[in-house]
Amino acid sequence: MTSLPATTEKKLGLVIDLDTCVGCQACVTSCKEWNTGGYSAPLTDQQPYGADPHGAWLNRVHSYEVGDGPTSQTVHFPRSCLHCDEPACVTVCPTGASYKRAEDGIVLVNPDTCIGCKLCSWACPYGAREYDYGHGVMKKCTLCVDRIYNEHLPEEDRIPACVRACPTGARHFGDLGDPDSAVSKLVAERGGFDLLPEFGYKPVNKYLPPRQRRDASAGSSPSSPVESGSSATGATADRLFVWLDRILSR
Amino acid sequence: MHPAYSVILFTTASGGGYGLLVWLALAGLLDLVPTEPWLGFFGFSLAFALITAGLLSSTAHLGRPERAWRAFSQWRTSRLSREGVMAVATYVPAGLLGVGWVFLGHTSGLFALAALVTIVCAVLTLYTTGMIYASLRTIPQWHQPLTAPIYIVLGLASGAILLNSMLQVFGLCAAWSIWLAIACLGLGLLLEAAYWQTIDGALKQYTVEAATGLGQMGKVRPLERPHSQPNFVMREMGYRIGRTHSLTLRKLVVWFGFAVPIASTLASFIPSAIIGGVASLLAVAGAAVGIVLERWLFFAEAEHVVSLYYGADRA
Repeated sequence: MTSLPATTEKKLGLVIDLDTCVGCQACVTSCKEWNTGGYSAPLTDQQPYGADPHGAWLNRVHSYEVGDGPTSQTVHFPRSCLHCDEPACVTVCPTGASYKRAEDGIVLVNPDTCIGCKLCSWACPYGAREYDYGHGVMKKCTLCVDRIYNEHLPEEDRIPACVRACPTGARHFGDLGDPDSAVSKLVAERGGFDLLPEFGYKPVNKYLPPRQRRDASAGSSPSSPVESGSSATGATADRLFVWLDRILSR
Repeated sequence: MHPAYSVILFTTASGGGYGLLVWLALAGLLDLVPTEPWLGFFGFSLAFALITAGLLSSTAHLGRPERAWRAFSQWRTSRLSREGVMAVATYVPAGLLGVGWVFLGHTSGLFALAALVTIVCAVLTLYTTGMIYASLRTIPQWHQPLTAPIYIVLGLASGAILLNSMLQVFGLCAAWSIWLAIACLGLGLLLEAAYWQTIDGALKQYTVEAATGLGQMGKVRPLERPHSQPNFVMREMGYRIGRTHSLTLRKLVVWFGFAVPIASTLASFIPSAIIGGVASLLAVAGAAVGIVLERWLFFAEAEHVVSLYYGADRA
């Protein structure tokens, strides 16, 4: 079972827009909320109210500062399973608990046969798998396999919980194996990229790069009234106009 | 990488056990020692005890030890599964050889074949153990050609020290077993030195810029962590020890794991049963401490690529 399917009919996955993600963690908490009651439940926490609270979460959002000086940017970086086409985490599994589905390419762990050896987490360069200390088995993103095909849910809810929760539309779900799908077109249009392609695991999930800032070119040669100094006297009204000038020229 | 004591105990104890099986089988095959029942009984019991203790200890690493039997099923793709299969399969020829040696007092015919198969199986088990680690591309310190040979040679060295010590105790000390232990230890020391040199000199090729794909925008620095306390990924894969600390530990590995056992084994040449006996036991004790430390360092010095997301600059 840990042998990979030769091909998958679909390549379901996520496209994450690093330009619009605001790092609000809504995808993180909605993921935890859904999955602690869904497939492979529970997602246990250790010492949730103690000195060292930690637990199994399937989605983490980092914040990085990228670049130097006035053009530097804060980039919020959601990180979860990329549902790789050739996942090393699946082939290292000694029990067959880890598997990749032939029908849609989703990588799952069977919580009833996982022995909790943690080797899959060692094999993943993306840190996507988190061991559940309370349940004794490995947990990972299921792409909300129990939502996306769930006919008991209204149609608009048949998408992963993280995508449903995102307030800025930074997360997109679809078939990345179909070049005509909305997500594939988005990836082509925005120059979506793979994380660590040199490992050869062929991630299905794609990341969209932050867009060039419109005022990026102004960063090194400041031209706003404050910096050019002529009209800035420091009066409240002046500062208001300077602020307005900045906002309007974005 | 977090050094899990159950895995350290498994790889060192079972490693010594498989090494001892190799040398017992070779000694039986080539008639290097008398096939005396007590020697066989003691030798095979010690080897099986070490192997079994190690295997049981390894299940303590599992979240669900009661399901450990499932790990024998995926030998087609999983190196961990292959190790499990080989580890258990080795009991069969080794057990047969033990029966021939202890109960029938000979190691010829069918038992000679069992001895050959034991040697192949035991060495393959050590190899499969090493390859679990060597195959992980996510841990550059492990993913290199020296990893598996070190597991094999240190297993064989532990076995050779045990055999020599046993022959001392039984008054059967022979020059070949002394030289065998010294040769294995010398080779082990060479490989270990080469391993340390390799991991110290390796160019760390993975960067946080590559991991996030944001390199075109400039240097990437962590601003905010995704969580306040370390999670599983950080606890398991983000284990760090200081460089100076690790250099001290390496010296201890060289002293305990190699210098003390080599010197003590050489003392076996002194024609005194007491000095020889004490020295050979000292070799066993030194090697036990040194090789456990070596295995601990093997984990502690290994840096997982995922640490890039958590603030490591390069990995």
